[in-house]
Amino acid sequence: MQVRVENVRKEFDTFPALHDVSLDIRSGELIALLGPSGSGKTTLLRLIAGLEQPTIGKIFFGDDDASERSIRERNVGFVFQHYALFRHMTVADNIGFGLKVRPSATRPPAEEIRRRASTLLDLVQLSGLEKRYPAQLSGGQRQRVALARAMAIEPKVLLLDEPFGALDAQVRRELRRWLREIHDATGHTTVFVTHDQEEALELADRVVVMSQGRIEQVGTADEVYDQPNSPFVYGFIGDSSSLPVKVEDGQVWLTDRPIGLAAPDAPAGPATLFFRPHDVELLDECAGCLAGTVASSRRVAGTKRVELEIGGHRERVEIELPVDHPAAQKSRIAFRPRKWKVFPSAAE
Amino acid sequence: MADPVLFAADPNPEIASGITESRPARWGLMAIAFTFLTLFLVLPLVLVFMEASRKGLGYFFETLGEPDTLSAIHLTLLVAAISVPLNLVFGVAAAWAIAKFEFKGKAFLTTLVDLPFSVSPVISGLVYVLLFGAQSALGPWLKANGIEILFAVPGIVLATVFVTFPFVARELIPLMEEQGTGDEEAAISLGANGWQTFWYVTLPNIKWGLLYGVLLCNARAMGEFGAVSVVSGHIRGQTNTMPLHVEILYNEYNAAGAFAVASLLAGLALVTLALKTLLEMRYGAEIAATRGH
Repeated sequence: MQVRVENVRKEFDTFPALHDVSLDIRSGELIALLGPSGSGKTTLLRLIAGLEQPTIGKIFFGDDDASERSIRERNVGFVFQHYALFRHMTVADNIGFGLKVRPSATRPPAEEIRRRASTLLDLVQLSGLEKRYPAQLSGGQRQRVALARAMAIEPKVLLLDEPFGALDAQVRRELRRWLREIHDATGHTTVFVTHDQEEALELADRVVVMSQGRIEQVGTADEVYDQPNSPFVYGFIGDSSSLPVKVEDGQVWLTDRPIGLAAPDAPAGPATLFFRPHDVELLDECAGCLAGTVASSRRVAGTKRVELEIGGHRERVEIELPVDHPAAQKSRIAFRPRKWKVFPSAAE
Repeated sequence: MADPVLFAADPNPEIASGITESRPARWGLMAIAFTFLTLFLVLPLVLVFMEASRKGLGYFFETLGEPDTLSAIHLTLLVAAISVPLNLVFGVAAAWAIAKFEFKGKAFLTTLVDLPFSVSPVISGLVYVLLFGAQSALGPWLKANGIEILFAVPGIVLATVFVTFPFVARELIPLMEEQGTGDEEAAISLGANGWQTFWYVTLPNIKWGLLYGVLLCNARAMGEFGAVSVVSGHIRGQTNTMPLHVEILYNEYNAAGAFAVASLLAGLALVTLALKTLLEMRYGAEIAATRGH
């Protein structure tokens, strides 16, 4: 089921949580809403589900205007951050709940409901736990039950709110792979919310990066990592270093001298230079490059992270060196970013 | 999420001793508490039962078998049987509204629920006298239509409902607020309608708290004196509830009879207390399990 969000704005007591958001979700796609807390990602998910109503704008499921429909009629499978399993019901009853509450005309017989619950438990690899209560399950198992319960109603869209947020790192990695497998097997259009970029980049077909109630960028993992389209995305996805510069004559300047980076398309004026700390070229001679004194350095796994003080204003940037690189011993390092981008400073 | 239960159950005595008082101070505090409870609670209760049986068990049952006493017991049970279900429905509705929805005037409603606790019961009774009495605006109309409210069962029920309505709501509001709306959202997202959500999800989540509130409400409904005294008119055999009957007997210097009826009421209180303790054990475990999620 294709989902289309059109110019949606959502206010809570006049406080805008989402400004004019539009998004196309393709049928069968696994898509991540990624952003820091307060970016509006959960609000967007709840709007798609129908748990909230947009202040302005529409949401379409296929060609059907879902904004007119209540959450009951939308037929979405929603997996809550804290699972929201019914604690007084067994695992089988939890999974069968959505079928049991159907009007009698469309409700399957009890035997059929039990059978379907069993099939779904097999799918989420929890066969044999039908009679357990949620309190008797581990966090990861609860999450699987919650997913099975959401899938029992044969939803058009599967929505997951921070599905792995409450789990520890090990279980989280396992479940991530498992969710991908389930998605590939069932083909549900799936939207999940996360603040964990690793999770989003690894799992999703496309990532929607959000900040302050707006969508910053939509793209594949490669696109948002390699071609960030805004300072926010550059800073939020992966590690990055930034430096205030200016653009003049198609060159990037650090205070009074060019640093050997040509930016023919960038508008002249003050700007910010972004680059990845590990994607730099170390130089011996500095004619048109960045050079700085080592302020501090620390060992991070297989690499050395060096903080450099650059220029008269003592701006600090981080770069990453191999541990055995001769430059790691020096007190002054010259380098030039291999991949970088300048964004004009916001007009004040 | 910080879990206070974990801290309370900290098995490390080293840490526990760091925040507790010295042994004499602890024993002193306990002694004060127990002496106080014995003097002011246990002793009077024992005295009630002793007084009741002073003239022998025969007299005890004779008093309880008197028509006026039987009528008082009957009326008390009737009033409780009407007002407790009313407050059960009201309490659940108010708690549901306050805990699960955002609306204007929510704080005001919460305060209103507490009103009967903060107003003297006598005033609660007087309110109905002012509303339905012969001198009130409604009085002549009621009289003309032959509707009796004051000095009759409806008045007593109204006063009791007023005095006891916070019990269920007060018990449920914090419980439902803590549980949040997650389970309900899950239920409706799975296609349940309002009734199904309440019946299959909300009610099972609050059942112990609800039962506890109903017990307290019932105890108070049977024991209420002040408000009922104002609206009842004390007509023997007709509008006397058990607490009122105790007072009448006592004022007639029939101490043994008064205490016999009083012992019934006290017995009821003890049963309620026992049930409440039992529920607390059960309900406490459920709350802990809820937090464990």
